[in-house]
Amino acid sequence: MISTDRKNRLRRSMMFLSAQRPNLIRDSYLFAPDSLIFDLEDAVAENQKDSARFSLYHAIKNIDYHGVERLVRINALDTPHWQEDIRVSVAAGIDGIRIAKCESAQDVHTVETAVAAAEEEFGRPIGSVLLMAALESPLAVLNALEISKASPRMFGIALSGGDFRRCMRTTGKGGGVDMFTARGLMVLSARAAGVQCFDTVYTDLDDLEGFEKETQLIKHMGFDGKSIVNPRQIKIVHKVFAPSQEEIQEAERVMIAIRENAEKGIGIFQMDGKMLDIAFMEGAERTIALAKASGLYKGDL
Amino acid sequence: MKNSVGREIPRELIEQGWQPYQGKDAYNGTEFQKVGPKIKVADQGSEEKVLNSIEEAIRACGLKDGMTLSFHHHFRDGDYIVETVMREIVRLGFRDMKLACSSIGSAAPIVADCIETGVVTGLTTSGIRDRIGEAVSHGKLKDIAILRTHGGRIRAIEQGKIHIDVAFVGAPSCDAYGNASGKGGKSNCGSLSYAEIDVMYADQVVVITDTLVPFPNKPSHIEGIYVDYVVEVNEIGNPKKIASAAARMTTNPKDLMIAEDCVRVMRALPYFVDGFSFQTGVGGPSIATTIFLREHLKELGIKIGWIVGGVSTHMVNLMKEGLVGCIADVQDFDLGAIESLGTDPRHFDISVSEYANPFNKGAFINKLDFVILSALEIDTDFNVNVLTGSDGVLRGAAGGHPDTAACAKCCIIVTPLVRGRIPTVCDRVVTVTTAGDSIDVLVTDHGIAVNPLRQDLIKHLNAAGIEHVDIHTLRDKAYSIVGQPDDIQFEDRVVAIVEARDGTVMDVVRQVKPFSISED
Repeated sequence: MISTDRKNRLRRSMMFLSAQRPNLIRDSYLFAPDSLIFDLEDAVAENQKDSARFSLYHAIKNIDYHGVERLVRINALDTPHWQEDIRVSVAAGIDGIRIAKCESAQDVHTVETAVAAAEEEFGRPIGSVLLMAALESPLAVLNALEISKASPRMFGIALSGGDFRRCMRTTGKGGGVDMFTARGLMVLSARAAGVQCFDTVYTDLDDLEGFEKETQLIKHMGFDGKSIVNPRQIKIVHKVFAPSQEEIQEAERVMIAIRENAEKGIGIFQMDGKMLDIAFMEGAERTIALAKASGLYKGDL
Repeated sequence: MKNSVGREIPRELIEQGWQPYQGKDAYNGTEFQKVGPKIKVADQGSEEKVLNSIEEAIRACGLKDGMTLSFHHHFRDGDYIVETVMREIVRLGFRDMKLACSSIGSAAPIVADCIETGVVTGLTTSGIRDRIGEAVSHGKLKDIAILRTHGGRIRAIEQGKIHIDVAFVGAPSCDAYGNASGKGGKSNCGSLSYAEIDVMYADQVVVITDTLVPFPNKPSHIEGIYVDYVVEVNEIGNPKKIASAAARMTTNPKDLMIAEDCVRVMRALPYFVDGFSFQTGVGGPSIATTIFLREHLKELGIKIGWIVGGVSTHMVNLMKEGLVGCIADVQDFDLGAIESLGTDPRHFDISVSEYANPFNKGAFINKLDFVILSALEIDTDFNVNVLTGSDGVLRGAAGGHPDTAACAKCCIIVTPLVRGRIPTVCDRVVTVTTAGDSIDVLVTDHGIAVNPLRQDLIKHLNAAGIEHVDIHTLRDKAYSIVGQPDDIQFEDRVVAIVEARDGTVMDVVRQVKPFSISED
């Protein structure tokens, strides 16, 4: 069984890096993203897939990533590569797999079967490798709910903007209006299924202002984090997702009050004129977790 | 005999009168008699000093075999002066010449040929690279080369350790009477600080320019009173290589991370108060540090009192924003800096003696708060190498590194922990150019280490909550990533002396052995 802690860990920033580039995979944990996504798909040329898998395997085996989550983006299911990608990733001891171009619950099942076989083959605990799905087409987005619910291994879904925009025949110059429905549907589906939801990459590396705006937008929509392509973007995402001092203090007081009242046998009570009960605990806990990850909370909770 | 950084000084050098390095403050209170040049009084009836060619100037100077010629490096990789003069020296059949350069690089490959053929047999410089570095490291130079710091070079000139027979000074503009400037021509370089002391101590001075302007060419960086001859040539250099449009801000995320940490360290120290002084270079993390300082200065409502040393557009921009009081310039790295020098009264040039000479009555850097420097290697005693590469071959420049490190209240080294497969933090640097007693803080992409000699700094970093580790931890980390390299193999022969700024021996560089794979 996968622990909820592993599934629900903080994933504000998920940084892609080519599994083929030693200088990137060597020590990218230094930039302290929440997750690293080693890419075997688009970042690796067709005739270099094998050498990239080789690098990936040895990196995961030998390098201490200091607690940063290690995911692998495998090649799409209509390629000859994805099965070997899964075997190498599972054998190396990766935390999870990102399914590229996932269109349906069936795609998740297909990957899940291969992952389970690899876990058995390489002696890893059955069910230990997590899954997430990248939704890259209109059909995938419309199937977001069934994909999110397809497996207990699933921890989240991510929008992949490049391919999605290509399908929608839009350019991305409309300030994100072309993806508004997709984003809304996805975050709604993810919440309904109890998994996380991640936004697409922002490819204009010099436009850090635009990147921050987009990150604020998706944070307010309810996304858990964002895929990123450059370490310069990490701090910005973490800043946007960091709770304010007031929010932290409020969350701290809520958590303490709920606990203290629970010990006294009180389920519902008032604080500063607002009704509070156990339903507020989860939000307060998430705020404290974010505050800790942002280095803003040094208290005892 | 070992010096205070644990380097063995060969007996033959001690017998020749060389002293071992004894620490950065060992020379305090030294007294000495300055030397003076031999002056040929100007012909009162002649209003011009212009000759038709470099050959004419060489003949007019009465150049002889064995004489010492000096050159400055303000034109960097765009320099045509060294190449042009040396071609004439070769053509006219001179032998056994000694070169005294402020630095020499890839712009004059002819010097490597001259070393091979015995036209050049002696060399003192601060920087040495490419074919010239290889020629010296492979034992082709007849004498032992002496590598000096910028400040140490001026000290050596004033002590008479370097006697310049003829100084050849490339100048972007000059009048017919020898008033020369780093501006006002076709290939401007800004300040001419590295030449200013040379012309005062050289017996004869030849200015070479491609832009002859009407008398008087004022303000001038080189005064005509020191100049014997002026020669006009077609081109003094390649302007594109002399100065870039603007020194580029790095986008390398590790450099940026290092720079951010460097600024965090600076801010945690008591020197980071209104009016502090600052110096850095133009490497990736250095420029980023300059840029990141802006937001911290604004947030605290303070400004930098003065900047000294090499200047880039980024520093000039800070000054224009009112975040820097003034800039004392010895070298300009890009067009923005060149344009600003002398145009804005807050941006002025100083001579290299005023900048960094340890043996005068007080240089600018004696008052410096922060200097941010790089390193090719740094060992667990904080000794730094900026001269020899991982193959033991000379390919760097001491420059002002040892001078500023020794003087600044806080010297911070910024460097990645490993470069390719080469560890930067190591057990023992190949060559000590800057002694560990001058280095205070090391900032790498894998963490920060503070020299245990600076317990005061450690207290401040702890108080600010800035994590730091023992430098041995960083060394272990570096070795765990790329492995520990075997020691480089050298022959016994000393090919270069690394002179400390006070004239003592910091280290020696030996001839490299041809590479071979070891048996085990």
